[in-house]
Amino acid sequence: MTLTPQAKVTYHAERRSRFWAAALPYFLIAPTVFFVAVFTLWPLLHVAYGSLFAENQAVQVPQFIGLENYSALFSDAGFQGVILNTVIYVVVTVPISVFLALVLALLLNRKFRALGLYRLAFFYPAVLPMVSAATIFLFMYTPGYGLLNVFIEFFHIPSQNWLGDPNLALTALMILGIWKQTGYFMLFFLAGMQGLPQDIFESAKLDGANILQSTRYLTLPLLMGTTLFVTTIAVINAFETVDQVYIMTGGGPVNSTSMLLFNLWQTLFSYLDVGKASAISVILIAVLLIFTVINFITTERRVTYE
Amino acid sequence: MNRRRLKSALSTLGLLALGVVALAWTVPILWTFAVSFHSPDEALSATNLWWSSQPTLSNYAQAFDIAPFGQYYLNTVLIVLGILVFQLVTICLAGYAFARFKFRGQNILFFLIMLQLMLPSSALIVPNYATIRSLGVFDTLFAVMLPFFGSAFGTFLMRQTFKSVPQELDDAAHMDGANWLQTLWNIYIPPARPALVAFALSSISFHWNDFLWPLIVTNSTNARPLTVGLAVLTQLGEIGAQWPLVTAGTVIVVGPLLVLFLIFQRQFINSFLRSGLK
Repeated sequence: MTLTPQAKVTYHAERRSRFWAAALPYFLIAPTVFFVAVFTLWPLLHVAYGSLFAENQAVQVPQFIGLENYSALFSDAGFQGVILNTVIYVVVTVPISVFLALVLALLLNRKFRALGLYRLAFFYPAVLPMVSAATIFLFMYTPGYGLLNVFIEFFHIPSQNWLGDPNLALTALMILGIWKQTGYFMLFFLAGMQGLPQDIFESAKLDGANILQSTRYLTLPLLMGTTLFVTTIAVINAFETVDQVYIMTGGGPVNSTSMLLFNLWQTLFSYLDVGKASAISVILIAVLLIFTVINFITTERRVTYE
Repeated sequence: MNRRRLKSALSTLGLLALGVVALAWTVPILWTFAVSFHSPDEALSATNLWWSSQPTLSNYAQAFDIAPFGQYYLNTVLIVLGILVFQLVTICLAGYAFARFKFRGQNILFFLIMLQLMLPSSALIVPNYATIRSLGVFDTLFAVMLPFFGSAFGTFLMRQTFKSVPQELDDAAHMDGANWLQTLWNIYIPPARPALVAFALSSISFHWNDFLWPLIVTNSTNARPLTVGLAVLTQLGEIGAQWPLVTAGTVIVVGPLLVLFLIFQRQFINSFLRSGLK
């Protein structure tokens, strides 16, 4: 094909612009793909691979050991304790705070003058950084004049060394956890309730249903999606508990408050064991992945409700 | 009539009971605030818990003396804004591409980005710490920001938002000779403003409060954000149990945050609800 010089220029310009048009979307997503690849995807492979190697102070050059990091971890009484603490923390704080949040939302889902103040009182802990909340509770738990001790002494319960007693320290952390997040979960329930169709409540009222009945048979079933959603967020957050452990107990006394993410940090920076830290990361990721998938499924359900 | 009266009496009683609980919920912050003005010469005790006989601001002065809170504030603000500005650019570009373009590998690339939603950054500290070390940026503000420049949540949010913009507007802009950047800026960004505000607030509150990652990649006051700075002060305070000092430090950290929250309550709450999807 022979082209006049003029046509040749147009032809090339068109080809070039078509090339750019095709390249444009890749150019647009490139920064996101780059950062996600470098700080999420590659690290995932890296940490999984690294968990198969011994790399610590004794073994400076990484040495392939298969799954030995995992078997060493699971047979280590200390790590079993960490798992147990984490599971206790999740199993206790999640149901209590989700239930409390639901009750608060049910009670606050109406109009009255001080509503804003009430909501504020329960929600403000969610705005604070966990580090500050932990500092405040460190103070609340102070033996002698910590407010919590003064409070229980009022009921003739002797003052406790909350954070120094291996039997109480985890409970102390759980109280903080519940205080901090209940108001946050309450908001989800309030939003969920406001999204419910009002006409069914009115017709239930006309049919003679009282508040307890319409709560039991209408509100609660309709909030199932929200409840599942809130619960999975609560579980994921609880598994990532670390700030308050660092501030309040350092995992002690006698490892009674060491949890997965704190233990991961400690293994990496105190024991300098990269191989084991990688294995702990993989375990943590696996656990969180399960609940994130559940969260996605329930999010979809929540969206269809709304 | 009587039943109705009983009902409203019960409801008032219920609200009062709930009010007691609400008050209990606020005691920790009120006490912290009160003790921050406690004279350090006057020992705290079970009978002297709330009000000092000689309230003082000296704890604040001392807290600022011991810990460079001004520097910490600046660091936190720079970190949070740096992350945010970068994120706003990357999520708008990527969201636009995924909302309005068809290209090969689109689905797999979208899926790969969305994997970030399932992999919490806290579980990836081992390899990311190694990356920061090998890049030679350890103990810089940049190190704290770097892993968060791309956001799957934001990309997803912008894709959804941009999809609801009518295609005809895009076509019309194209006919008028607008290039893609002008189209994005004039057609897509304005209606997406509420979503961007919600994203911004959730990003700000997440990174303002973040602790573990900055703890790991910073080592000096030059790069330390407020959260890590407060942790350092708390560990100091614990030794001498100087609670008036530590509570003053806490108020310095949370005070502005609470004031902002009171002002922007509604927006905050909306963004919190959205970020639950994070």
